[in-house]
Amino acid sequence: MLLAFDTAAPTVTVALHDGTDVLAQATSEAGMKHGEQLAPLVQRVLDEASATPADLTGIAVGVGPGPFTGLRVGLVTARTMAHVLAVPLHGVCSLDALALEAVAAGEVEGAFHVATAARRKEVYLASYDATGRRVSGPLVDRPAVLATTDPVVGEGARLYPDAFPDGRAPLRPDAGWLARGVVTGRVEVLPAEPLYLRRPDAQIPAAPKALS
Amino acid sequence: MSDEPLVLGIETSCDETGVGIVRGTTLLADAVASSVEEHARFGGVVPEVASRAHLEAMVPTIQRACDTAGIALADVDAIAVTHGPGLAGALLVGVASAKALALSLGRPLYGVNHLASHVAVDQLEHGPLPEPCLALLVSGGHSSLLRVTDITGGEGPGLGVDPMGATIDDAAGEAFDKVARLLGLPFPGGPHIDRVAREGDQVAIDFPRGLSSRRDLERHRFDFSFSGLKTAVARWVEARERTGEPVPVADVAASFQEAVCDVLVRKALDAASSEGIEDLMIGGGVAANSRLRALAEERAAKLGIRVRVPRPGLCTDNGAMVAALGAEMVARGRTPSSLDLPADSSLPVTDVLAR
Ligand SMILES: [Zn+2]
Repeated sequence: MLLAFDTAAPTVTVALHDGTDVLAQATSEAGMKHGEQLAPLVQRVLDEASATPADLTGIAVGVGPGPFTGLRVGLVTARTMAHVLAVPLHGVCSLDALALEAVAAGEVEGAFHVATAARRKEVYLASYDATGRRVSGPLVDRPAVLATTDPVVGEGARLYPDAFPDGRAPLRPDAGWLARGVVTGRVEVLPAEPLYLRRPDAQIPAAPKALS
Repeated sequence: MSDEPLVLGIETSCDETGVGIVRGTTLLADAVASSVEEHARFGGVVPEVASRAHLEAMVPTIQRACDTAGIALADVDAIAVTHGPGLAGALLVGVASAKALALSLGRPLYGVNHLASHVAVDQLEHGPLPEPCLALLVSGGHSSLLRVTDITGGEGPGLGVDPMGATIDDAAGEAFDKVARLLGLPFPGGPHIDRVAREGDQVAIDFPRGLSSRRDLERHRFDFSFSGLKTAVARWVEARERTGEPVPVADVAASFQEAVCDVLVRKALDAASSEGIEDLMIGGGVAANSRLRALAEERAAKLGIRVRVPRPGLCTDNGAMVAALGAEMVARGRTPSSLDLPADSSLPVTDVLAR
């Protein structure tokens, strides 16, 4: 059984896949507080499927891009669980799960983009072909710089309709599609490394005055 | 002794990724990965840099601790983790990892207070902690005097960890860092001041003792202040530079260190005496300071107060201290924390165990 989760969006999404289909899934109701919500949601989907951690044969995790604090909660949880259970770990670009769902649900036809909220009035954006394969990105920039009249899936288009007038569903990643993508090989599997895309904010202070 | 609980503890409240393993009060492993060198050029800990480093170090440090202890994760009876106080983003990495361990292994999780862990760690070195005892915790992030009547937080009235005093401005370790910077010594400043001070004269310069005047003692008998001291050192150094004379770095370091240690020890012993407490425990990174230890032992002996200071490696932030407190929670049958345990950057010292 594959346990999949993503913490790159404001809501946490968790799913359990048995190789054939999604058995159980859960999404947090309140936004944020990923650190508080992820573990209980994992426990809930395991319980709903009458499964235990010992039944897991793999972990799939969204590696972002997304707000760093939540992203790390997902990654450290995935890395720790994979280590304890000695099962393979599959990293997936969080935008890929949105792309896969958009294609499967018939929301898009032809090439499109996925854009999600990146705070500081910026968006994360990646571009996809008609089958949902990522062809470029992800990158982070201001909506005005990335503006396009192409179809744009994800929350970024809803937040910045001036830059992305052709917004499409879905808005946030769904762990069920993350799991399906990994099981069917329709998403690129990445190392479980966070896609920060930004350097940490840190200023080197002025050099202290030298003393003899 | 093998019926004592095997506990793994995780600590990520600042820049050290710590994973410790204990069996009861016996230390089996204390693995620490530090990102201190990444912060050195910034002159202080950068939260985002620390959080990124915790994520990278977490699983390798868990593995290293297990290897050192010669145990498998499946052998562990309980998981303990610092859930506050500390840097929010840094705490979250450790808390999430601890939950993943507890959930995957089907073991209880104890979310514990970082400050109480600094006290509990002494059990690994000197055996069961006398209760009551007085704890002086001094580091880059905290300076507190605590009355400890139950290190697990207690369930009865008057039992637990109660603050008697704390710093009203800078932490003691922060003052060491700032003065070290002023003297051109590297970050973190504590060990360098300690080293340089050995060559200096501690009575060369009469630096002020914060909150020690009669008026201050009325309101802040057990509180500390180090910001005025830091300013006094800066003024003294500047005045010296204006005259074109060389700054006697060793004397400044020794006199500054004496001012800090004098006031810490004086207030700690006053607090112990006022409560009729006969055991003083000193913990936190600054407890590694050689002058603080010596002064405390010298003055406490005259009052018939016993002093307990863990070895320097256990005074700085580490996972063993968290495991030590977790083991005490198991031993005293305390109720474990739930999986929705939050990270609480401003957790009060009185909240020893999360529900
Ligand atoms: Zn500490």
